[in-house]
Amino acid sequence: MQISIYRYHPEQDQKPRMQTYEVEEQPGMMLREALLAIKEQDETFAFRHSCGEGVCGSDGMNVNGTNKLACVTPVSELKRPIQVRPMPGRPVIRDLVVDMTQFYEQYRNVQPYLIRKEPLPEQEIRQSPEDREKLDGLYECIMCGACSTACPSFWWNPEKFHGPQALLASWRFLADSRDQATEERLDALEGPYKLFRCHTIMNCVEVCPKGLNPTRAIGKIKDLMLEKSI
Amino acid sequence: MPIPHRPIPHRRFDALIIGAGGAGLNAALRLASADLRVAVVSKVFPTRSHTVAAQGGVNAALANVLPDDWHWHMFDTVKGSDYLGDQDAIEYMCREAIPTVYELEHAGVPFSRIDDGRIYQRAFGGQSQDFGGDQAARTCAAADRTGHAILHTLYQQNVRARTHFFDEYFAIDLIRDEEGVVLGALALEIETGETLVIEAKATLLATGGHGQVFRTTTNAFINTGDGMAMALRAGVPLMDMEFYQFHPTGVAGKGMLITEGARGEGGYLINGDGERFMERYAPRALDLASRDVVARSMVTEIREGRGCGPSKDHVMLRLDHLGADVVHHRLPGITDICRVFLGLDPAEQGIPVFPTAHYAMGGIPTDRYARVVAPARHGPEEVVPGLYAAGECACVSVHGANRLGGNSLLDILVFGRAAGTDILDYVAENPNHRPMREADIEPALTRLGRWDRTGEGESVAAVKADLRKLMEDHCGVFREDATMAEGVEKLKALRERVERVRLQDQSRIFNTARIEALELDNLVDVGMATLMSAYHRQESRGAHSRVDYPEREDEQWMKHSLYARDGDRMDYKPVRTKPLTVESFPPKARVY
Ligand SMILES: Cc1cc2nc3c(=O)[nH]c(=O)nc-3n(C[C@H](O)[C@H](O)[C@H](O)COP(=O)(O)OP(=O)(O)OC[C@H]3O[C@@H](n4cnc5c(N)ncnc54)[C@H](O)[C@@H]3O)c2cc1C
Ligand code: SF4
Ligand code: FES
Repeated sequence: MQISIYRYHPEQDQKPRMQTYEVEEQPGMMLREALLAIKEQDETFAFRHSCGEGVCGSDGMNVNGTNKLACVTPVSELKRPIQVRPMPGRPVIRDLVVDMTQFYEQYRNVQPYLIRKEPLPEQEIRQSPEDREKLDGLYECIMCGACSTACPSFWWNPEKFHGPQALLASWRFLADSRDQATEERLDALEGPYKLFRCHTIMNCVEVCPKGLNPTRAIGKIKDLMLEKSI
Repeated sequence: MPIPHRPIPHRRFDALIIGAGGAGLNAALRLASADLRVAVVSKVFPTRSHTVAAQGGVNAALANVLPDDWHWHMFDTVKGSDYLGDQDAIEYMCREAIPTVYELEHAGVPFSRIDDGRIYQRAFGGQSQDFGGDQAARTCAAADRTGHAILHTLYQQNVRARTHFFDEYFAIDLIRDEEGVVLGALALEIETGETLVIEAKATLLATGGHGQVFRTTTNAFINTGDGMAMALRAGVPLMDMEFYQFHPTGVAGKGMLITEGARGEGGYLINGDGERFMERYAPRALDLASRDVVARSMVTEIREGRGCGPSKDHVMLRLDHLGADVVHHRLPGITDICRVFLGLDPAEQGIPVFPTAHYAMGGIPTDRYARVVAPARHGPEEVVPGLYAAGECACVSVHGANRLGGNSLLDILVFGRAAGTDILDYVAENPNHRPMREADIEPALTRLGRWDRTGEGESVAAVKADLRKLMEDHCGVFREDATMAEGVEKLKALRERVERVRLQDQSRIFNTARIEALELDNLVDVGMATLMSAYHRQESRGAHSRVDYPEREDEQWMKHSLYARDGDRMDYKPVRTKPLTVESFPPKARVY
């Protein structure tokens, strides 16, 4: 099988190029394994990866035009020739490795932690199974960045628009019955950019390897804002 | 392109934490909340650390689902350790478990809940009520994504506390002065290839495990035993390295973990005849016997020709009788793994499983304050000034010869925090940075510079593949003298081969080949520690099963192994059998 890979090495290359490698396809092979086989042929090829099972979020990349996690993408499902590029919209450091600084920055901007104002109980803060269920589909985010780097609004305004991942995280805390900072969280999202740059293009929903739905979360935040303003 | 010689930048912090998994982040949180200047170095972005992969949960005797008591938890842990665990540390951990889990919940961990709103707890292997009675339910779970939930929450709270992170920096080696005080570490910024010296009054190693030394493992690519090897090179021996846990239920041939929680929810194992074979090996605890017991039973079934599949080389884990609701709701991550990697729904079909390299019981010896202890002038328990270790890379020892499921997340949290607390005191007593001389940095620079040698040579990948195969063949579930002796010789030869490995890629920017080369050095060192310690222990205890010495020998072997890199020397020290406040649990035959 042939895999064509985006190569860029700032110490040597003026500009990026595509390089094609031949890899022997194995039954059940995931794209990450194919990339590891390439790395064995050519140790200058760089990409991030670690867990191999879709939980660490290291190996987001653009495969045949769509953002995916290499370790959970069977090569058998990919149209040939396979084209692998870095996730779009971020500066490329080398080959498939992109600079995610801005993405992490936006995450930190939404106060992504539980805020409690009342004194803490000696035991757990109680939460009903129904309230806990509201966090399903939110807390599982692995911060792979597939969604935000597939979002045109994030490409144009990565400094101002929080992007789908950070907004999903924001809603994860707004939706948590234990959190006591709803007002501040909503106030902080005011303005034309942070939240409202989302134009419901829905690329994020399409690409999320965990099946999460940032667009819905953004909608819920908007609903809550409306509710509070009345 | 060799790295040109120029002054290396230095940064100074009160405390340096190497590793941003659960252990490192919980220590960091303690320190940053106390307004110490703390640097956390991690070779991957913190939430990519392997704690994220932990599935089943964390143990604490909350008694939310069934009656429980920390003292029962302690009994189970001592028994599970096959009496090699230190009972003072175990008592401390089991007591601390309860406030630790509440603290995590307060920090935001989205634990699953029972109807009255308290934390959900499931049954795990080796757990009992009332000192060996009925099955207990002690494992606090966030579905089957507990590690993810905990790691992300700890990272989030560190964001709040403004901890200083050095993301994607690779620690090369510790820096020690002439008196043996640890002064910090040399690190490599992966993005630029630049070196950085981080000076600290106290340094914590929290670098996790080394499953990558085996061919098939539940561990991630980054679990290469770096901190353990750093300790070895700094002259600290590693303790109890022969005790490496093979988890009964790795996906056969692939290695992904199927949590013990799957059996905790009611799943069971069958052999090729469709028989629930655990009935023969552990009539009471059945499929929830201790991990070493279940793993050995599975391998015995397969060796005796009762495996499943065309090559009879695995057994089956069945969950289909539990119903789709329980399987998909309680075990969503397992459902995903089965769908993606096996193309099956575990609520309908059995899962092919085989014991898979999973967890290091051994590691860097510490006391229960997470201070690294090593034999120096006055005995084996002397504190190495300025050095701490916590998490999977450390050996306190709470797991002894066999760890119970759910006790590792507990270990990393409790002793990560203990490290933070003790570092606060240490830094208060030692408020000044000690002087660092050029010569103190030299050994670390030499190790890095070795990989600048150019020319023809073998590749890192080839030697690493051979190492992993060697460890699997010579140091697996069942061990014996002849195969291990051969393994030691082969490994010594392989260590020589590493000298002749060359990096073809000498570039600086995000050179992952250089990182993998540095990791290979570490894997070889921890591999040798594992194999040597196993070869010398002539008894069977916990995860260490010798075909030629099938019995546990308390008279001679109820002691901790210590492997020193210098001359591949073995030494031993006594088990601490005296708990803090309760009576000691004397060694007994271990039946489940
Ligand atoms: C699949 C799986 C499931 C598990 N499930 C459970 C469970 O349900 N319950 C339970 O109790 N235990 C479980 N365990 C065990 C437990 O998760 C681990 O033992 C534990 O998470 C280890 O945590 P840690 O903080 O010590 O290390 P890790 O989380 O592995 O973190 C190590 C850190 O060190 C950093 N690091 C390493 N080397 C370097 C270097 N050279 N330079 C810079 N940084 C470095 C890494 O970047 C990382 O941040 C499971 C383990 C696995 C593999
Ligand atoms: S929402 Fe999905 S795509 Fe976006 S970062 Fe999280 S896991 Fe990745
Ligand atoms: S390698 Fe961890 S998500 Fe793919």
